[in-house]
Amino acid sequence: MRITCPICGERDRREFYYQGAAMARPSEDAGAEAFHDYVHLRDNPAGVTRDLWYHEGGCGAWIVVERNTLTHEILSTELAEAASLGDAS
Amino acid sequence: MRIAGQGRLGDAKSVSFRFDGRQYQGLEGDTLASALLANDIQMMGRSFKYHRPRGALTAGSEEPNALVTIKAGDAREPNMRATVQEIYEGLEAVSQNRFPSLGLDLLSVNDLAAPFFGAGFYYKTFMWPKSFWEKVYEPMIRRAAGLGALSDSADADLYEKAYAFCDLLVIGAGPAGLMAALTAARAGADVILADEDAVMGGRLLAEVEDIDGQPGHDWAAGVVAELEAMENVRLMTRSSVVGAYDQGTYAVLEKVGHHKARRRDVPLECFWRIVAKQAVLAAGAIERPVAFRNNDRPGIMTAGAVRAYLNRWGVAPGKCMTVFANNDDAHRTARDLVQAGVHVAALIDSRHDGPTSDLFPVIRGAQVCNASGRKRLESITLRTAGGEEKIQTDCLAMSGGWNPSVHLTCHQNGRPVWRDDIAGFVPLPGAVTGLHVAGACNGAFSTANCLREGMEAAKTALDALGRKPRSFDLPTAEDGTYRISPLWAVPGKGRAWLDFQNDVTVKDVKQAAVENFRSVEHMKRYTTQGMATDQGKNSNVAALAVLADVTGRGISETGTTTFRPPYSPVAIAAMGAGGAEKGFAPERFTTSHRASVERGAPMIEAGLWYRPSYFPKPGETTWRQSCDREVNMVRQSVGICDVSTLGKIDIQGPDADKLLDFAYTNMFSTLKVGKVRYGLMLREDGYVMDDGTTARMGENHFVMTTTTAAAGQVMQHLEFITQVLRPEWDVRFTSVTEQWAQFAVAGPQSRDLLNGLLDEPIDGESWPFMSCGAVTLMGVQGRLFRISFSGEHAYELAVPARYGDALFRELVARAEALGGGPYGMEALNVLRIEKGLITHSEIHGRTTAFDIGMQGMVSKKKHCLGKPMSEREGLMEADRERMVGLKPIGPVQEIVAGAHLFTKGDPAERVYDQGYVTSVGFSPTLGHMIGLGFLKNGPERMGEQIRLVDHLRGIDAVCEVVDPVFFDVDGGRVRG
Repeated sequence: MRITCPICGERDRREFYYQGAAMARPSEDAGAEAFHDYVHLRDNPAGVTRDLWYHEGGCGAWIVVERNTLTHEILSTELAEAASLGDAS
Repeated sequence: MRIAGQGRLGDAKSVSFRFDGRQYQGLEGDTLASALLANDIQMMGRSFKYHRPRGALTAGSEEPNALVTIKAGDAREPNMRATVQEIYEGLEAVSQNRFPSLGLDLLSVNDLAAPFFGAGFYYKTFMWPKSFWEKVYEPMIRRAAGLGALSDSADADLYEKAYAFCDLLVIGAGPAGLMAALTAARAGADVILADEDAVMGGRLLAEVEDIDGQPGHDWAAGVVAELEAMENVRLMTRSSVVGAYDQGTYAVLEKVGHHKARRRDVPLECFWRIVAKQAVLAAGAIERPVAFRNNDRPGIMTAGAVRAYLNRWGVAPGKCMTVFANNDDAHRTARDLVQAGVHVAALIDSRHDGPTSDLFPVIRGAQVCNASGRKRLESITLRTAGGEEKIQTDCLAMSGGWNPSVHLTCHQNGRPVWRDDIAGFVPLPGAVTGLHVAGACNGAFSTANCLREGMEAAKTALDALGRKPRSFDLPTAEDGTYRISPLWAVPGKGRAWLDFQNDVTVKDVKQAAVENFRSVEHMKRYTTQGMATDQGKNSNVAALAVLADVTGRGISETGTTTFRPPYSPVAIAAMGAGGAEKGFAPERFTTSHRASVERGAPMIEAGLWYRPSYFPKPGETTWRQSCDREVNMVRQSVGICDVSTLGKIDIQGPDADKLLDFAYTNMFSTLKVGKVRYGLMLREDGYVMDDGTTARMGENHFVMTTTTAAAGQVMQHLEFITQVLRPEWDVRFTSVTEQWAQFAVAGPQSRDLLNGLLDEPIDGESWPFMSCGAVTLMGVQGRLFRISFSGEHAYELAVPARYGDALFRELVARAEALGGGPYGMEALNVLRIEKGLITHSEIHGRTTAFDIGMQGMVSKKKHCLGKPMSEREGLMEADRERMVGLKPIGPVQEIVAGAHLFTKGDPAERVYDQGYVTSVGFSPTLGHMIGLGFLKNGPERMGEQIRLVDHLRGIDAVCEVVDPVFFDVDGGRVRG
């Protein structure tokens, strides 16, 4: 499997650490239910999914990877810092 | 026997080799199978279950029967296929699965007991008594039914891994593959052409036919020569592409040393990962046998294999040949044999409308229904409309048609598609992204079609690569149609083999269906059809055709089993190359490593780091003596310990304090410059992740320390916060773990020691507990932190790593002058347990701040990562397992880590479990064992006597529950 790091280019997936679904963090006062959802609940789609990978064996970038779980196609990659997953409040 | 003037080995050198202890001669370029057949040896092995004599069925990597063991001792290689093992001077090969010899095999009685050994017999027969399975039945079955044996010693051969990248990977170098490679190479693409054989050319090496007016194998050699001369082409022989993975990644096994005498400096095999932008699969096709009674006799082989032995190696596998087929292709075998001067007694064609011949007798509309000759074929029995008759023959070439090698197209879940016209499965188009299929593996069986599809596939790939093909004409070649009429199994009594390697017969498949194992996947597992080294390459399709027939379904509807990687066997040693022992794992040494080793310190692994366990002194015979002395030394004078392995992260920027406030549970923005604070980090699920101290070196400059174990994890965590959650913050950080050598100077005399060393002396007022700052020592810029992991008045002194070795030696010399010295991990551990300080033994991923008694450190004034989840119901309940100290009070004065805790009087059983022990040590300060552990309601149970049980070590002791801080509870010493 090959993943394109927006900084380093196409690399073997073994350079990357897999985190899990790319979800926006709830605001800090969103409550336990919202955080429970953020930490534990996942959709497990048969199709397009977005997850976070860390270029551990490379530049250290956190990346949002959009891929298809059925075809294993990588549809897009972008730096996580541009993906608005934070809860800046 | 070898036929003069036949074959393509030319005037090859003679090579001597041994098989089962006897010496034979072959020719350079022979496989073991061709060389044995040249010496008139037909029998090469015994079958898996029934121990029936077997000869080579094929001439390729799909071989089920002719498995041998080569070499001896730690070089022994079992289950090598004689049909692909090249011979070399001095090769030693022995047959397998027989005792005492291949000719006389005592376990061949299994064959007589065959009526009891059908499909599922293991499951039905060895049911009782239950206790017999593990000790009696399984070892017995394993001995009786088996393949070659491992050497039982470590594999001493060298294996390698390699990586390559290309525009186009062409898999298989037959006519289609050669044409694809040539088309792409001439267009300037970066091409890798891989073929499992030692010589490129595929079936062209085994056939008599012309391409562009010259013999096909000469044409192939010409193309290979042209490709070899091109800089943009890499040719890989003896290289099997065994797996197709995502985004154009292919696994390739290159056999580097199998065809030569062992050399320890040359790898036996190299496991490649090839990343190809585009690929062409030109893997060819595999011929299948026809199932009839006793069709496994040595001397019965596929028709294509007979042609290969004859045309490539110049070997006739028999003197009086017969051919049995359901298709036109096999007629070539009889033709080639006759033209080489070998007698062909008859060609039996199951069809009424097959071609006839002037060269050899053709019997149409007939079937071979039996074969005789136990160790070597003697005769076959024909069945025609007129009845049965016997024909004397010592070799039968059979063909049930050809199966396209679709395997790689199925590695990503693609299911092949049935084609009635060729009675075979072809790849599902587009099954693997970027992989284009051409030639026989796509069901194109004529050479002309192979060449055309090869060129077309390459053009499709070039188009995807954005390259223009240079146009050239296709060579002229054989363009016959492939005519076949399916024949899977000849009806009749007796056992007719489908899977030769696993001894699966037509009866077994029918029995599976009768017992309702009707799904092809169930049938496979019930009968073992298609398992083991050959993975049923020449038997799967016939087996499922038989299953389709008995279950009244079509073949298409029945479907195939799943082809998974690897295509052909790959040694674990090849996939794990570089991973044996330490492999490529780096060893991280501290700057004090050499000095520690010089002092005789045993070094222990801490992740990739090596740290001294203890520093033995003359007269000390056990680690405990050294450890006790070192603990006392720190408590009474001064000790030196290298703490450089702790993660050090330099954090700078206007928002550095925001980052720390967010990452740590407690407040860091209020920390004054020149001060250090202990911090606790949570994971987002609310459990403790790591702890450590962070020093504020300047307004916008912090130095964070992490535990040795979690240094990488914390770094990744901070990257997550700053890149994913808070990208707007103006803060940067980097690991400086290896840039600074850092030493703990601990004990009542630590300040005295430092004051002889630092350029400016320090005192309690200028350097109170938890202060930090820059210092100079002998003119070197360093950093001093007044922190303690021992509970003593202590400092950590950091200097640039290049001064580490010198500083460690200097510190130790000064400590020794004061009655102290270096201390290791054992003493460090005892010192921190005496003070109730935690490590990852306690924050092991399942404990909360509440559990370790640090709930007060989770600031109420601010948010932090993990805080919302840490406040969940249940994570702060009193009856959670919470940290306590333990000391033994009964006659058994022992505490062991991993032991479990039980209320006194309760049985030591899981349901009564009250907690467990995490850290233990002998405290020389207190004179007894001490421990830290987690106990339900722990802090409320101080003074209670508790039962400690370790079932593994057989320890049952009584402990008193005490405060985790065993020593200097009010902390007077640390503030000193």
